Amino acid sequence: MTRALALHIAVLAALFAAQYLLPPYHHTNIARIMVLAVFAMGYNIAFGYTGLLSLGHALFFAAGLYTTGLGIELWGLSAAPALALGLIAGGAIAAATGVLALRTGGVSFMIVTLMFAQAGYLTILYFGQYTRGDEGFVITRAARSIGPIDLSADTPRYLTALALFSVALLINLALTKSRLGRAMIGMRENEERSRMLGYNPFRIKLIALVISGLYAGAAGAAYSVLFGYVGASFAAIQYSILPLLYVLLGGAGTTLGPFLGALLMFYLIDISSGYTTAHLFVVGAALLVLVLFAPKGILGWVRDKGAKWLP
Amino acid sequence: MDFGPYLLLALMEGTVMAAVLALTAVGLSLVFGVMRVVNVAHGEFLMLGAVLAWFVTHYVPGPPVVGFAVALVVCPLIVGGIAALSDTLILKRLNYDPEATIVATIGLSYIFQQAALSFYGPDARPVEAPFNLRIQFPWFGYSGYKIAVVLAAIVILLAIWLLMTRTRAGLIMRATQLDRDTARAFGINVDRVYAAVFALGAGLAAIAAVLIVPIQQAHYLMGHDPLLLSFIVVIIGGLGSLRGTLLAAVVIGLSDGVISVFFSPTLAKILATLLVAMVLVFRPQGLFGAKP
Amino acid sequence: MAAIILSARGLTKHYDGLKAVENVDFDLKAGQIHALIGPNGAGKTTFVSLLSGRIPPSAGTITFDGEDITQLPAHTRVARGIAYTFQITSIYANLPVFDNVALAIQRKGTKHLHSDTMAALARVGLETRADQIAGTLAYGHQRLLEIAMGLSMNPKLLILDEPTQGLANAEIEAFNALVRAVTPQTTVLLIEHNMDVVMDLADQITVLNFGETLSSGTPAEIRADPAVQTAYLGG
Repeated sequence: MTRALALHIAVLAALFAAQYLLPPYHHTNIARIMVLAVFAMGYNIAFGYTGLLSLGHALFFAAGLYTTGLGIELWGLSAAPALALGLIAGGAIAAATGVLALRTGGVSFMIVTLMFAQAGYLTILYFGQYTRGDEGFVITRAARSIGPIDLSADTPRYLTALALFSVALLINLALTKSRLGRAMIGMRENEERSRMLGYNPFRIKLIALVISGLYAGAAGAAYSVLFGYVGASFAAIQYSILPLLYVLLGGAGTTLGPFLGALLMFYLIDISSGYTTAHLFVVGAALLVLVLFAPKGILGWVRDKGAKWLP
Repeated sequence: MDFGPYLLLALMEGTVMAAVLALTAVGLSLVFGVMRVVNVAHGEFLMLGAVLAWFVTHYVPGPPVVGFAVALVVCPLIVGGIAALSDTLILKRLNYDPEATIVATIGLSYIFQQAALSFYGPDARPVEAPFNLRIQFPWFGYSGYKIAVVLAAIVILLAIWLLMTRTRAGLIMRATQLDRDTARAFGINVDRVYAAVFALGAGLAAIAAVLIVPIQQAHYLMGHDPLLLSFIVVIIGGLGSLRGTLLAAVVIGLSDGVISVFFSPTLAKILATLLVAMVLVFRPQGLFGAKP
Repeated sequence: MAAIILSARGLTKHYDGLKAVENVDFDLKAGQIHALIGPNGAGKTTFVSLLSGRIPPSAGTITFDGEDITQLPAHTRVARGIAYTFQITSIYANLPVFDNVALAIQRKGTKHLHSDTMAALARVGLETRADQIAGTLAYGHQRLLEIAMGLSMNPKLLILDEPTQGLANAEIEAFNALVRAVTPQTTVLLIEHNMDVVMDLADQITVLNFGETLSSGTPAEIRADPAVQTAYLGG
């Protein structure tokens, strides 16, 4: 077992132990953080590894969230198939977005993804009679279970979030060690060189974006079932910025960075709200400080300081 | 009301919309054109202008027209100053790296929103129009102030055009836009030009804000829609082209006004955002851009 | 007579009226080392960029291995066996040396990525530096890495754009040996300013001037060509 794998398993074990060690107040928080970290991991696969700075990932998260939520509420699906559909929806919407947006690059790519996500958000508002718009809808408690397991109860919810997070993290780790992962990083580092080594940039980026969308879709789908609420605010621009913030804070292009960023940001806001209501300021200032003084994030900094093996 | 007068009313509303939009979008376009910076905080500069206009008109004594006149001068100056400061303290230190500046301006927009929320509050508050004049048409009466807004916008845009084409300052900006290294070699202080352009862009948004607050109330989240619409206008007009931006502002403003009167404004926005995305994907030089 | 592996007919590239490459006919014999020379601005880099697909031609056709590849994108041409090394060193500066070459090798598909990569590095003498970040290598080593990336793809045709630029004399010796060793399995098209390298290596030489073919032939023929002497060699 390599150092990297040992570290990841240790993190997962610590999270498993956390539910016995931490007071109950934190259980829901950490479950939420783990789901959001999966979203951020997906974002990191596009941004951190492949160099695709998207401003529209809320669209993929919302695709999972709404497909699962509406699947249960409107079409009467049970939770398991609804979750699967949500996962697929995230990947499918990412593929559709990618086919168009990847014809551009750089700033244009950012604006195109922003515009697609905005169109998605407005579409949710437009079909307010089904989606209940900004107000959103609550998923019936009875529908939030797989077989005999009630996912709205604390312990199953925590374990489900942890299971999803574990799978996502280990796949992410495997990806970074794989040839595909290396090709994605090559695309980030020097696209022209990669092209002249025979890689099709469009294809590699599209694959990365679809994987990224599957992560976001899975996170959105899980969020709707585990926390039982679906609303348009999850599709708004803020939810595209959030994973970017987590990834920048934790370290772009590191496997554990998205989780670390989500954890720190969540508790930074949670603790600061004891002193101030200025959440927007905390988010804004964090973005500025990171981009000015620590563009590689915490784990990027640790890696530079000697832990070169950190994946 | 019959269809004809109804359409006329829609067109007039659209013209007011287009005028304010043109001011805002020209500011965004100027910043992108000269500095190659996509300023996501542009909508927040407009919001700051509107909120400041409320404070100024609220605390300056005398008839509304006095407070309004003061606001029209003071607000763009303050907002421009904030912008120049943001440029010098933040954007310059990022070397105007495109991705980093976008993240930074997103951060700025959150901070500006929080500032407005903390000092101004979550309420939407009206600002009294400087004068009350109702122009009576055969079918309906129309606000004289709105017509004044259109005229004011035209005058200011003319002034910008003169500034860019007929003055030394405009020449320096255009030189910097063409090639900042050469401009620097010719002794132009590029840092100052950038700060000035960023301030000018923000100032234009603030002027638009002061003009619009008597029609639309000041609110800490009001920057969102103008930002989106300005993006749409600047992209469809062709990134960095002032003439294209103006033309697009008129088209988008008018059609948005008309569509919003007859159809759902949400649907109009969906179509507009998708149009922008498609323009960037398939015609990056903009619909009105000249070069292929 | 060796088979023709690549040929260009009427190949032309204009930039806003500027004729960078004008109506060039060109044949490359399989297994040979073919040098492309000419003064600065003669269109050499533009010409090989057209062959490798980095830029689209204004007119003309390119045939490779018996098939018309004029419309194929660059990455497909690379996959078919045209490797290109950049004039200005273009490596993955932030990645380890190993990953640079592994990226070149893994695309072709191999079961032994690690050993193949190490072997490719050993060919240019960089095997002890596999873990070093490529951007921190000395300039000469970066050039060698660039060449290793090209060689490790086992291309049918290897295009080298001024590979010896900035190399020390001892390094040039090693480079010459390296290039000789890959022929005749690989055909080499070489842009080179160093006449010693050209005369040492080349089986065939084509001289470009103002985007047009001035002359083509063996080194001896080129040396004797009065037109070349006026335009280039003796000037």
